[in-house]
Amino acid sequence: MIAELGHFGLILALLLALLQSSVPLIGAARRNLAWMTLGRSSAVAQFLLVTAAFAALMHAYVTSDFSVQNVFENSHSDKPLLYKITGVWGNHEGSMVLWVFILSLFGAAVAWFGDNLPPALSARVLAVQGMIGVGFLGFILLTSDPFHRLVPAPLDGRGLNPVLQDPGLAFHPPFLYLGYVGFSVAFSFAVAALIEGRVDPAWARWVRPWTLAAWCALTIGIAMGSWWAYYTLGWGGWWFWDPVENASFMPWLVGTALLHSAIVVEKRDALKSWTILLAILTFSLSLVGTFLVRSGVLTSVHAFAVDPRRGLYILLLLLVAVGGSLTLYAWRAPALKGGGLFAPISREGALVLNNLLLTVAAAAIFWGTLYPLFSDQLGGPKLTVGAPFFDIVFRWLMAPLLVAVAVGPLLAWKRGDLLGALQRLWVALAAAVFVGLIALYIAGGGPVLAVLTLALAGWMVLGSLSEWGERIRLFRASLAESSRRARHLPRAQYGMTLAHLGLAVTLAGIAASAWQQERIEIMKPGDDVPIAGYMLRLDAVDKVQGPNFTAERAQVSVRKGGSVVAEMHPEKRFFPLQQMSTGVTAIKTNLLADLYLALGDSDGKGGWTVRAWWKPLVPWIWIGAVMMAMGGVISLSDRRLRLGVAARARVPRGARPAE
Amino acid sequence: MRRALYLLPVLLVAVLFLLFRMALRADYDPHAVPSPLIDQPIPAFDLAGTEARLSGETLKGQVALVNFFASWCVPCRTEHPLLMRLAEEKHVPIYGIALKDKPENTQRFIAQMGNPYRRIGLDENGHVGIDFGITGVPETFVIDKSGHIRRHYGAPLTADELRDDLEPLLRELARS
Repeated sequence: MIAELGHFGLILALLLALLQSSVPLIGAARRNLAWMTLGRSSAVAQFLLVTAAFAALMHAYVTSDFSVQNVFENSHSDKPLLYKITGVWGNHEGSMVLWVFILSLFGAAVAWFGDNLPPALSARVLAVQGMIGVGFLGFILLTSDPFHRLVPAPLDGRGLNPVLQDPGLAFHPPFLYLGYVGFSVAFSFAVAALIEGRVDPAWARWVRPWTLAAWCALTIGIAMGSWWAYYTLGWGGWWFWDPVENASFMPWLVGTALLHSAIVVEKRDALKSWTILLAILTFSLSLVGTFLVRSGVLTSVHAFAVDPRRGLYILLLLLVAVGGSLTLYAWRAPALKGGGLFAPISREGALVLNNLLLTVAAAAIFWGTLYPLFSDQLGGPKLTVGAPFFDIVFRWLMAPLLVAVAVGPLLAWKRGDLLGALQRLWVALAAAVFVGLIALYIAGGGPVLAVLTLALAGWMVLGSLSEWGERIRLFRASLAESSRRARHLPRAQYGMTLAHLGLAVTLAGIAASAWQQERIEIMKPGDDVPIAGYMLRLDAVDKVQGPNFTAERAQVSVRKGGSVVAEMHPEKRFFPLQQMSTGVTAIKTNLLADLYLALGDSDGKGGWTVRAWWKPLVPWIWIGAVMMAMGGVISLSDRRLRLGVAARARVPRGARPAE
Repeated sequence: MRRALYLLPVLLVAVLFLLFRMALRADYDPHAVPSPLIDQPIPAFDLAGTEARLSGETLKGQVALVNFFASWCVPCRTEHPLLMRLAEEKHVPIYGIALKDKPENTQRFIAQMGNPYRRIGLDENGHVGIDFGITGVPETFVIDKSGHIRRHYGAPLTADELRDDLEPLLRELARS
């Protein structure tokens, strides 16, 4: 009964979305306020209906209602409650419901927080959101019904893929979707602006918080996915340039570009049509990602159940959304009036450079990801593009960007003084050299690129900090004056500094992997293996019984200088239901380095393959990502930028000091 | 002219759609990934080895296997006993290329697991691996007498593959 209510909720939501995508649009064209405000109420109603459907599906999972086919295929009564809940989105149908749930959440949020939007803009934005809702609700109802009943109901379910039964992965999709779907708001704003034919700083101020929120969530989502890959797959790797990873990374890159170019629109009224294009592309890339993942046209380690009918539907959806919005763009964007002019060396110029490098990087990844498909379709050779391509291309595109991260914020708007900015960065340069030398000293040499990359991270840290120091006139004014200035700096300023610092921290974590140590040994209980100054001893391998698995759990004692500093327990789990094994790695971290153990197979003669890594700075990769997301959140909390529209500002906009 | 520039995104997307549509054919299977080098001469290479150098010349005039492996690669360890069997029982010449691995680690790997290889080339920077278009380790190529690649296994060899595919192929190539 509850499942049917959920299904019914989705159908009603679809009908409402149809209404929402048409009536407010007509209202906006005819200046009919009642028709326009319908968008807001229907967005909220749609959210409630989809929430009900989502709750119904969750109820079916929690109560293990195996008469629902989706639950039968993806759950099992023995599964821990957490994974019963997260199993809702561990499959194609359920994850689409989550997708639509988040979409409707954003729609409702636009309605709630949209008080200060002009009614016509709000109506158009919500109408476009409604259209996206129609597309995806229709997709679920036509091709991926999560509430399909089985008669007779099976006694127990088939269980969730054991690899997905993991806390890190459990919350990875919601964050990822918050990011993907969150960009739909920027998309809707862009399309609405194209319909209106007007883009102004106020528009950028409305769009930016949504982009920022989506970007933060996507950052966390990608970081979680990579962290999960790191600790589960037992390879010690954390990024594989897999098509599905790339699919999430491309919107992140373009979204990052969008965040920065929206600043230019907001502060300088320039780069308008470019920003609109980025907003369209960011969400389009999210859609392309969805298509690639769910249609099975690319080989990937992440596979959903593939169904050509679904692929075709999403392709049509893409055609309408991306093709439609870009056609509208080609038609309307040329009419957008360009705003402030600027010299190449200026804050705007630096942000343009940022945009160019980020979009080119995204394009390169797009090319690398899809090239095998194209080559295949056009009768070329069948091939795969692997990590070497991405590593090389990405490295050289990112290097100038990372150098510029420290310089850009020091340049003035309109016309900057590069020499002056560089002079103010001598501390950062000294720090970079210092970090490089330290790395050389500690590691006793090492790959040149890694040393240079670490130096670059040092440059960014000191560059970002000295920019902050400049702002509060540290060491130039009295300490009291500096702290007064520090308190009064806008939060967005702190957000930027923190995000840039996070980028540097991530970079350092990536660079330091060049110094990792690795041992792969067949060990018998009692054997010792030295690694990075530690001595690992395999004490025993025990059989352990879990709720829905059996496991071999190794006891490894880690000694340093004769005394035991840690006990580690890497495991191999066997899930009888799915006849699958997964590894559970043991990681001991002191935040400066990880000791990483994975238990391999038994050799049948009393020995086990044990893989041990010592990975310096690797936790920084994710710490940096969290810092970037935190920077975004802090910037979001800046009320002056978020809610302080022109009408409420104490200083007229034109008179605001350029910062 | 300026207007044409604005049309560019739409045109690109249109091309993209056509390709995506083509890829959605029912019979399209992206997982079937034959090597682009099938029936091509092997890429030229010349590598330092654990004992002697290994180059394209070494392989000339015989039916041989080229196996990319690495001491850091766990699937290689599962594959290794099969290679040992091939070398010991079937006397197939196998040439190993150690991908992105330190020579001492390769030596230790061989000392621990046994050596099925006639020679081992050391591809420390992975460039030969790129020339062969491999996507990971282990991967195995079957080379005929004229130095052309006849088969590519993009994953660890399995006992079934060995029996049903590799051994018949080797017999056929040996006759020709």
